[in-house]
Amino acid sequence: MNPLARLLEAALFASARPIPLDELAALDPDASASALQAGLDELREAYDTAGHGVELVEVGGGWQILTRAEYTEAIERAQLAARPHRLSGASLETLAIIAYRQPIGRAEIEEIRGVAVGSVLKSLLERGLIDVVGRAEGIGRPLLYGTTPIFLEQFALRHLEELPRADELAIALRTATPESTSAAAPTA
Amino acid sequence: MDIDTLVEPALTGQLDFDAPVELRRIEPASDVATPFVIELSQFSGPLDLLLSLIRDEQVDIYDIPIARIAEQFLARIHLMQLDQAADYLEMAARLLRIKAQMLLPRNELDDAWEDPRAELVRRLLEYQQMREVVDVLERLGEERRGRFARAYLPQQVAPPTAPLALSLAELLAAIDRVLRVARDPVIHDVIARPLDVDGAIATVRAVLALRATARWRDVCPPSSQPWQVLSALLALLELARRGELRLAQLAPFASVLISRESSSQAA
Repeated sequence: MNPLARLLEAALFASARPIPLDELAALDPDASASALQAGLDELREAYDTAGHGVELVEVGGGWQILTRAEYTEAIERAQLAARPHRLSGASLETLAIIAYRQPIGRAEIEEIRGVAVGSVLKSLLERGLIDVVGRAEGIGRPLLYGTTPIFLEQFALRHLEELPRADELAIALRTATPESTSAAAPTA
Repeated sequence: MDIDTLVEPALTGQLDFDAPVELRRIEPASDVATPFVIELSQFSGPLDLLLSLIRDEQVDIYDIPIARIAEQFLARIHLMQLDQAADYLEMAARLLRIKAQMLLPRNELDDAWEDPRAELVRRLLEYQQMREVVDVLERLGEERRGRFARAYLPQQVAPPTAPLALSLAELLAAIDRVLRVARDPVIHDVIARPLDVDGAIATVRAVLALRATARWRDVCPPSSQPWQVLSALLALLELARRGELRLAQLAPFASVLISRESSSQAA
């Protein structure tokens, strides 16, 4: 590996969070963006081809060294590391709505989910998966929520656009809903 | 059932035997009521329950037999003891309102007629779409959970501060500086000096025995020690409480007037 790739490896090893490209650039003022990218590619290649137990992944707008999935069970069995808790169904539903509709207020989330979401929002905030991103206009100026880089990291997303687009979902809303419903409406 | 026959002619045949079967299946189970919380986690909300009913019944989401679904919805929330939960009750009320609206007679040529179920259908589809995203997130999250980052840290942490880089000589020099700056501690001798309230009471009584009124200065000369001032004050308050004298201060910071209580004089 060239010296820049080795430097990148050292920096990524030292960090517990994904490091964005612009922060990696601070490692070597002489290195251009393309040189950094080439270094990262070389490092990833090295991990993939030489048979390492870790891999280099791009996640949440940054780069991170992760263990390979096949070793998780052994690592956890030996109690060397623990997987984070799985999110509840209610949390995932709320998160999904926020991810697609952000910035979004609590009332809108409750409208879609059909239940109160106060405590779920609180726990998502505590876990750093969402954050208050502003206030809506209108009565009471309600808080608006959005997802955070931690959300991207915990779902191994490079950016929000990696989520399926609304029209890619299997249950796409039928176009021209008024026609279709009135056509399907029973005749008296 | 007759409601369904009215509004859902296409489903009539299916209904006559279907709905009673459904009810029979639910009723006996309601005897073995399961704990509230466990059932609550089964459905993440009224829309979820509604969707599962629609799936079970295999009806078209765009043409929901509202009377049948409303009835089953009520039966299910009762069975699951969710009929206390406001979110479910709200949906039940909504279903019954739509059911009532469907019963209203309408002109077939009326173009302005809007299916009362349209809003519900829109919400159900929106919810269903969101559930699909949940599946995607669940899969992605599960994949990510299965891989460890360097030093897994529980959620967001502040960037670590660099460890101290310090030699022994520097540490000793720092200690030396501190010791030089620090002065010898001043040790106070605290002498217990109990207040002499009884003595002060005797003094006040002696003064008042001579004259009917007195001033603060008469019972507490200016040269008094703090403990004597406090004793005099407590003595005055105590005597005032017992009704032996009356205290008055005519203006803020004015001298306190002490006068003998007339009743105690009589006694």
